[in-house]
Amino acid sequence: MVLLGKLADLAGTPTLTLAPPSSAPLDWDGVIAALPPALAAAAGDPRNRVAVNGALLADKADLQADAGDEIALLPPVSGG
Amino acid sequence: MRDIRLLTQTFFPGALIGPFTQANPGLGGVCTFVGEVRPDSEVEALELSHYEPLTLPGMHALADRAFDRFTLMGLLIVHRVGVLHPGEPIVCVSAAARHRRDAIDAVDFCMDHLKSAAWFWKREKRADGWHWIEPRSDDTRDLARW
Repeated sequence: MVLLGKLADLAGTPTLTLAPPSSAPLDWDGVIAALPPALAAAAGDPRNRVAVNGALLADKADLQADAGDEIALLPPVSGG
Repeated sequence: MRDIRLLTQTFFPGALIGPFTQANPGLGGVCTFVGEVRPDSEVEALELSHYEPLTLPGMHALADRAFDRFTLMGLLIVHRVGVLHPGEPIVCVSAAARHRRDAIDAVDFCMDHLKSAAWFWKREKRADGWHWIEPRSDDTRDLARW
């Protein structure tokens, strides 16, 4: 998992490895559940976007990640 | 002529413009905007981070939209990432066109989108440490112009 902007600061690292669930692909609720509490709270900001393997998801609820996929968590971009 | 780049080292905007102009023979006008890190007594440095799979492709998509929307001959978009200091250039956008309005408007359009909607995250270093820069309401207003 790749964390951008202030989410990387909150996590203390720009990347995290999540254990893939044994059966079904990892969904958004599964990601949130796997994150440390402070990061999970910030990750839940509805303004955040999610990309899988470099492709933006229209809706985080569409997330279906398999082992080896790169999930990026993108907070709102900074302004000018 | 289209030149879209993400740079990790400081650059000299002036050195880009001559070759860009020459690469668009027959143009009627060139408009160039250069954004620099604003000197501020409290800000020691600015850091721009990006996400490789989205940031440069997003800049190319922006260039596509500018070419669709304006009658352009050439477009140059060069953007820095990494740590920058006051006075260093962050961004250079230059547009070449047969007529000035297209060149001027294309640069304005690209800058509003780069500042408000491109995949860059910025933080600034002050005496007490690093601070992330949040989105501003002005940015939404700037985008609404288009």
